[in-house]
Amino acid sequence: MKYLANSRNSLLRRLADMAIILAMCWFAAYAARAAELKVPQQVSAGEGFKITTSGSGSETFYLVGPAHVAKREVKLGEPIEIAGEEVRAAGRYVAQLGKGDDAARAVFYVIAGKPANINFLARPSRVAAAKSGAISGVAFVFDQFSNAVLAPTPVNFNLAVEGGAPVTRTVKTQNGIAWTRMDSGRKAGAAQFVASVGDTSVRRVVEQVASDACNLRLKAQRKDDVVIVETDPVRDCAGNAVPDGTIVTFTQVDAQGRSTVDARVKRGIARAELPPSDGATISVAAGVVIGNEVRIGGGR
Amino acid sequence: MSRLIGVLLAMLAIVLIAAGSIKPSKLAPAASPQKAVQSLFDSVKNRDWRRAYDFVAPASNIDQGAFYRDLNGKDGSLRTYSSLQDFNTKVLRESENEALVRAKLTWSTAVGAFYESRDLKVVQDGGSWRVLWTVEKQPNLPPQVIPVNYLRWDIIRRGAEDDWGAQNAETPKVRILSMNPVERDGNTIIMGEVVNEDTVPAFISVTATLVGKDGSTIAEETSFDKTSHVLLPKEVSPYRIDFPKIKLSQVKSVKFGQPMSLLVPASADPVIGVLHQRIEKDASGHPVLRGELINQSGQTVNIPHVLATFYDDSGKVIWVSDGYVDKALLPQIPLPFAVELRDDLAGQVQNYRVTVNNYSVDRS
Repeated sequence: MKYLANSRNSLLRRLADMAIILAMCWFAAYAARAAELKVPQQVSAGEGFKITTSGSGSETFYLVGPAHVAKREVKLGEPIEIAGEEVRAAGRYVAQLGKGDDAARAVFYVIAGKPANINFLARPSRVAAAKSGAISGVAFVFDQFSNAVLAPTPVNFNLAVEGGAPVTRTVKTQNGIAWTRMDSGRKAGAAQFVASVGDTSVRRVVEQVASDACNLRLKAQRKDDVVIVETDPVRDCAGNAVPDGTIVTFTQVDAQGRSTVDARVKRGIARAELPPSDGATISVAAGVVIGNEVRIGGGR
Repeated sequence: MSRLIGVLLAMLAIVLIAAGSIKPSKLAPAASPQKAVQSLFDSVKNRDWRRAYDFVAPASNIDQGAFYRDLNGKDGSLRTYSSLQDFNTKVLRESENEALVRAKLTWSTAVGAFYESRDLKVVQDGGSWRVLWTVEKQPNLPPQVIPVNYLRWDIIRRGAEDDWGAQNAETPKVRILSMNPVERDGNTIIMGEVVNEDTVPAFISVTATLVGKDGSTIAEETSFDKTSHVLLPKEVSPYRIDFPKIKLSQVKSVKFGQPMSLLVPASADPVIGVLHQRIEKDASGHPVLRGELINQSGQTVNIPHVLATFYDDSGKVIWVSDGYVDKALLPQIPLPFAVELRDDLAGQVQNYRVTVNNYSVDRS
């Protein structure tokens, strides 16, 4: 009987021990599961911050971002330092403690920092003067880590040619892009097309060139055994001199036939020598533009 | 006795060796004027200039060097890249001591066949006929310095280190001014004019695609050398695109995209004047456009290429013809040219325009 009582007590003691061990295991598991991460909702790219943790002991910490992955041992209950260089790329990041189904996870977003770079597409590089809507500018705004700044940001576009009044326009970015369309100025020259955001600016050069010749006029005179033909300074309708090298065709028609010279404008004037003739008609053209006609040998 | 035989054999051997080493003269006297011309050009064809020169009458008063340069070209001209491929001769008139023979020559050149017609005077000279060869006297320009300060365009392109937003130099704007599809001799021909509207030089190429009745592409061709490929600002060039053995009735439409244009470095010289252009009949009675080219710059143009555009009374381009000149265009010295005009179009031509392409060996 006594033996039975002793063995029962021993069994109960063992059961109690097992219960205590089970309780301790459960508590330990519970404590581990209770490790929590607290992350900021939004972080600026390149700026360091802290992730707070709860719980005790140590655990493996993982940080997974669009362009960076980190793994290190951390002490629970102490904040985890995230360095600025770990969050340079904007996008969705996952912070994780431990692994498997019981791991604690938190998601946060890194957004672009302050505008620091502009990629500026200015088209065309060469445009005729006084053309409406001929110049387009597209600015892509980035932070110092080349993340697109998606928050609406005002971009200033400025188009100026030396000696002319500048044209300025401010456009807010949409999804990081701002664009504008501008008229080319009446004055030929290298127009400076600048896109700027804050202290950051990018300059492009748009060459504004003379349009077709306007009021093309020639004069002719005999000299020795040739007829020298020469234009007045060749200008477009806005008064810009056409560029040197532009082809101007002189045509002389007389009894001997037709003579043509494709002369090049040099220092604003096209000049050519034609064969001597009595009673010839001389005309001038540049591209599709026709100028005046003169007669030599029979009065103008 | 045996010694005598030995000496005789040795002498015989010497005589035979001497006889073998003496080349007989290949020049057989030409028995007729036509034979003289044929023998001369046979030798030219074989590039045997010395033998060809043997058929030249001494009265021609030219040395072999001048004769060679006349036939083989000089100054890097097209003729220097040519060889006589074929010829035929015809006696135009003949008397006892003199004859006139027309030689039609076909030269094989770097740019295709080149046809030439020469009327040659042939004279009786010491029992055989020889050709009285005349070399066109070309005036020599006195040594001088011709200052040229024409514009040249060079290009700096976008570098690899530039950011992706940096713009490149824009390609030149060129525009097709006109397009006229016609059928000639069973071939479809598309022709018209193209202008460089820009302020920079352009390398252009015009391409046309013929679309058949069922909407499928029949053929695609470019203007190849029937256009000026490098156009300076505001320069207008004709173009002609040939589609051999395609009838216009097979064609539903012509697809004609924006002509390809590239920004290229170029020079504004040489300036070539085209003087005294007139439509005449050639020796065979066919219409040709003749004139003279004059190089107003200081550098030799090795191969001039003449492009002629013919217009009807409404200003429509009705034909584009071209021709290479086989002589180099020297500075300041007029050089005649002739380009063919179709017989059936001669009556319709109201106006014409000549432009000149130039190829120079020592210029990029």
